[in-house]
Amino acid sequence: MGFKALRVEGLTVSYGARLALQDISLEVPRGQVMALIGPNGAGKSTLIRAASGILPLQSGKIRTNGDELTSLPPMQRARCIAVVPQAVALPPAFTVWETVLMGRTPYLNFLGQTSAKDDIIVRRALQRVDALDFADRRVGELSGGEQQRILLARALAQSTPILLLDEPTAHLDMQYQVALMQTVCQLAHEDNLAVMIALHDLNLAARYADSVALLVQGRLEAIGTPIQVLTPERISQAYHLPVQVVSHPFLQVPLILPFDRTASLAGEGRQKGGE
Amino acid sequence: MSRRFLPYLTNLGLLIAAMVLSLAIGSVFIAPENLWQVLRSWLTHSLMPAGLETFAFIITDIRLPRTVLVLLTGAALGGSGTAYQGLFRNPLADPYLIGVASGGGLGAVLAMSIRWPYTFWGMMAVPLSAFLFAMLTVLLVYTLARVGRSVPTTNLILAGVAFSAFATALTSYLIISSEGEVRRALNWLMGGSSQSSWLTVLAILPYLVIGLGFLLFNGHALNLLQFGDDQAQQLGLPVMRTKTLVLVAASLATAAAVSFSGIIGFIGLIVPHVMRLWWGADYRRLLPLSMLAGGSFLILADILARIVMRPQELPVGIVTALAGAPFFLWVLRRAKNQGYW
Repeated sequence: MGFKALRVEGLTVSYGARLALQDISLEVPRGQVMALIGPNGAGKSTLIRAASGILPLQSGKIRTNGDELTSLPPMQRARCIAVVPQAVALPPAFTVWETVLMGRTPYLNFLGQTSAKDDIIVRRALQRVDALDFADRRVGELSGGEQQRILLARALAQSTPILLLDEPTAHLDMQYQVALMQTVCQLAHEDNLAVMIALHDLNLAARYADSVALLVQGRLEAIGTPIQVLTPERISQAYHLPVQVVSHPFLQVPLILPFDRTASLAGEGRQKGGE
Repeated sequence: MSRRFLPYLTNLGLLIAAMVLSLAIGSVFIAPENLWQVLRSWLTHSLMPAGLETFAFIITDIRLPRTVLVLLTGAALGGSGTAYQGLFRNPLADPYLIGVASGGGLGAVLAMSIRWPYTFWGMMAVPLSAFLFAMLTVLLVYTLARVGRSVPTTNLILAGVAFSAFATALTSYLIISSEGEVRRALNWLMGGSSQSSWLTVLAILPYLVIGLGFLLFNGHALNLLQFGDDQAQQLGLPVMRTKTLVLVAASLATAAAVSFSGIIGFIGLIVPHVMRLWWGADYRRLLPLSMLAGGSFLILADILARIVMRPQELPVGIVTALAGAPFFLWVLRRAKNQGYW
């Protein structure tokens, strides 16, 4: 433990003239979940893409166990880092099984032939996301939530020590949000993966992440435990919205409540009525 | 096991049936038993049975090379069409739409308009010139369509259609302004197989073997590319290198196809669609199946072209367009709600 799996050093990325990420440095150790939070356009997805090694870096380094990621060939990288993208515009005609099997790409020969071992790994990955029942269905027939689970299974089939997820809960209902986050936590805490996950829902981040990194306009604004980072002042400033942070009634985690003027008046009225 | 081989067996059966028909049907009908006798003697190098010498000549020197040339052309168009559709993730991509066929055609006509010898090397020069022009077209169209680091499909097709019109105009000009070689070039333009001989078959064979052979090894890569460049790379594919090589291989096959058979549209568009509907989206199977089906489809079209206006021959491009366009529209309507693409 304590061994650093993913290390980002002074990372700067630009899209044309616009700086998308500025001087980001962070570490995700194995066995931990780090949540990336921040308003739209803050650079969460860009950081996920850059950390997966597919973006040209203006400066800075991404290391896994000392190897510099951008200098590795794609095949080697894919044995190190798996990415769960948002489930939008997936090719609909492949079956679930075929899609998850593509996670085995970095281990296949040049013909793309799969072996019995690959089948076992794919089966296990599908079991893990509770999707073995619809392995033969076409991806296009599935709901958004089911597609998202398939993408997680594909990433698991890659058998990597590092897992990056880009807002995987965006299109899920409450039940599957929780189920997915529980699986992600299991992967970090029991299977000892290093997990970095971009999240919109601050309460999911507070509840499930071991550490939280707040991005605002491409800069790393704060990093630390959920309690350290998710303070009312920081969140209000980052999202331009007054918020209240209360303690979760049963758990030792913060609970973030958006708090605009009209809501506050209504709330006071109700409180008075109750007295 | 049988489920795995059923698509190949079906397509192979279709192809063999089409080839037999193509050998039997023409200005002279040759009965199956005679066909079999001639083929057997030809393959075993034994003496032709008495009375069958004329049939033997028709089969081995006219119909067989023609059938093989048509088969190879169809396979090349089916295979490269599949590759382009997978590469650009667009069901409308085909060798004609992105300008490669017209560019290659310009190269072929240019080579033909110069007095070239009827030798093996002279023949080889036509597909070579077609390939060089096809590659030039790809480069030009790709560069014109590129925005920053990405190549939007709409731009690609717009650039392809525009360049295609330009190349076709130049080709027509070349044909009209050339003198002695007009007849041959005109035949070519109509998408005819009248240039077929064992020499032409030999001349395009090396290009086809390299082009289609390479494509066959890239089924898995094309599968990955369906998820977009980002995901393909994150799954371990060297995307830029793979895309470039597939593009070169598909263009090589297209160039070989247009060298002697001219403009034959719709095969590269329709065959992959039908194969995808029948046998699923896995490019590892789709590529070989589309090559087989492309061959069968073009042979059948060629038979029709020979018999519809007998004794006159119809350019096969007319048949494929007449059969292909409505069929394509039907497929398009049917597929809209099924999301099979």
